[in-house]
Amino acid sequence: MKRAVAVLIAALAVFSAFAEPINIDFWHAMTGKNAEMIQTLCDKFNASQTEYKVNAVFKGTYIDTMNAGIAAFRAGQAPGIIQVYEVGTATMMAAKAVKPVYRLMAENKVKFDPKAYIPTITGYYSTSKGEMLSMPFNSSTAVMYYNKDAFRKAGLDPEKPPVTWPEFFETAKKLKASGMEGGFSTNWISWIQLENFSAWHNQPFGTKANGFNGLDTELKFNGPLQKKHFQTIADLSKDKTFIYGGRENKANPLFTSGQVGMHFESIGGYANFKNTCKFEFGVARLPYYPDQKGAPQNSIIGGASLWVFNGKQPAEYKGIANFFAFLSQPEIQAFFHQGTGYLPITKAAYELTKSQGFYQANPGPEVAILQLLNKAPTENSLGLRFGYMPQIREIEDQTWEDILAGKISVSDGLDKMVKEGNLKLREFQRLNK
Amino acid sequence: MAKQYEFPSKGLPYLLVLPQMVVVFVFFFWPAAQAVWQSFFLQDPFGGTMIFVGLENYTNLFKDPTYWQSFGRSFLYAALVAFTAMASALFLAVQANKKIRAASFYKTMLIWPYAVATMVAGVLWLFMFNPNVGVIAYFLKHSLGIEWDHLLNSTQAFLLVTIAASWKQIAYNFVFFLAGLQSVPAALVEAAAIDGAGPGKRFWKIVFPLLSPTTFYLLVMNVVYGFFETFPIIHQATQGGPGQATNILVYKVWRDGVVNLDLGSSSSQSVVLMILVIGLTIVQFRFIERKVTY
Repeated sequence: MKRAVAVLIAALAVFSAFAEPINIDFWHAMTGKNAEMIQTLCDKFNASQTEYKVNAVFKGTYIDTMNAGIAAFRAGQAPGIIQVYEVGTATMMAAKAVKPVYRLMAENKVKFDPKAYIPTITGYYSTSKGEMLSMPFNSSTAVMYYNKDAFRKAGLDPEKPPVTWPEFFETAKKLKASGMEGGFSTNWISWIQLENFSAWHNQPFGTKANGFNGLDTELKFNGPLQKKHFQTIADLSKDKTFIYGGRENKANPLFTSGQVGMHFESIGGYANFKNTCKFEFGVARLPYYPDQKGAPQNSIIGGASLWVFNGKQPAEYKGIANFFAFLSQPEIQAFFHQGTGYLPITKAAYELTKSQGFYQANPGPEVAILQLLNKAPTENSLGLRFGYMPQIREIEDQTWEDILAGKISVSDGLDKMVKEGNLKLREFQRLNK
Repeated sequence: MAKQYEFPSKGLPYLLVLPQMVVVFVFFFWPAAQAVWQSFFLQDPFGGTMIFVGLENYTNLFKDPTYWQSFGRSFLYAALVAFTAMASALFLAVQANKKIRAASFYKTMLIWPYAVATMVAGVLWLFMFNPNVGVIAYFLKHSLGIEWDHLLNSTQAFLLVTIAASWKQIAYNFVFFLAGLQSVPAALVEAAAIDGAGPGKRFWKIVFPLLSPTTFYLLVMNVVYGFFETFPIIHQATQGGPGQATNILVYKVWRDGVVNLDLGSSSSQSVVLMILVIGLTIVQFRFIERKVTY
């Protein structure tokens, strides 16, 4: 009798071990609606099969999440999946702490076609040979927002936003003349007016294909075009045709409160503007300088991707690979895209969303996608791969403020950004040789 | 002469202070030692590569003119914050200590800001002074004709974080000053009044000297506060900008370490900061404490 019980218990233990799904931790930095969407995605995946269970864990801001991941890795407690913002890409790549996604997919023989993805999105997270290192997750790009009501008041056609920079600056002056506090503002001077600006005009941001081809890359964004652009904006700030609203996305209130008529911000801010703007607004492509050959090229992305840590069990890797394949399905992508405002990462998801009629009510996101797909990316517009990117952006922000305050000339300022940024790149190179 | 007790065994006192020593060691000495150790290396954040570079992190710092700028800013900032917070708190405490109606109401109200988290205080001041939508910025512009733009004007930015940080600390200082004032014997003040000393003289000759232990304690605390704990205010209000105008040492340590993951440089900066504050505290104890009457 006793033996029978023991056998039964043993059998139960074995059985329950089989029934227990393998847990995969997924650390992310999303809040509010976006966090709910992540939870829904995980729930859908968990309900679709019984072998694996993905647990979404919120870890704070992008910076907090990355630091939590680093600390956990050093303590041997890393999660399976971690969401890292785009400027952390070079650090993650060089870290030797991660398992590249292309290898993960190949090892687990999960159906995976890199060509199904939008090249400007996956390119940002791939090697120069096209090997995908991390899974693009939430991607966005910079667009121009404009206040249609203000356009009408200034006697401008609200369906015809400016297309080129000269037209744009003229429009800004007219908006200001119509009684607005200012003409335009911009978020993310580094990401939008330097990184995206350079890509959009097919100009190199740095050497070695913007850092994709080696750590011995050097910044190069102090060319005549960038200098001309910054000079124009700095000049327009004197009579407040351009109003500086602060670093990162701190300039948003200028647009939402109706003080400026045009504004540059990520397409990720679309839903937020829909909620807060008490006026009708439109989304347009980034302007370009028409005398620049090859412009407009395509814009580049921002946002975050999913990285997989080294040193996990094969079974867990298999689960992660399945989860990534699940995330790439057009239906799931379309669902995430429509629910969050982030861009779909596959062309199929874009086509699906289009056929569902989503863009008729929400034209903004489509502008962003078409801007990314505008042309096949060149080595100037595939993305950026620089170490210490947060510091480089910080140098750009600081110097830009000094330029606007009249402490340094535009030309010297851009040269200084490049010079100081290059010092950081050399440090990174030395560390990751 | 008081009777002295001796512990029967030599080991017991050590055993009794052990828990405290463990706490101090684990939470203070160990991290500090690690910072010193790391400051001699270039390090990949994941702990993969460590390159010994000797004092290079330090020499790089001292070669950097913006670091020296940050140095100067931090001293000015800590001094201004400590002075403003202490002077205003002392003034308020003296007023609240008078026999006035609803004194306890005022006291409660004045202590309230202490309950506000520093991060929230930063947001609060940021909103009021936001050049585009802030109430105070609007008032300054439309009533006084002052164009407030702390996003580009470094003096205004510096002023903003100084005021915000001081405001946050006033409540703390107020509590201590008030307690200190209440322990000043009324008889002394009255005796001076009878001898013909005016209110000003009574304050500076009797009350202020008797408050000196409190003042000294607060001075040490406020300087440390100015150097270390005002970080959330800077983070919320200016992020160190415009340019480098409010990039005080502790903020730079945080940014370089946590955001930029440049651990070597960040460690060397925190070592410099640690030496600095130890030095300042020694100076305060050796030279200022002599003037304190307990």
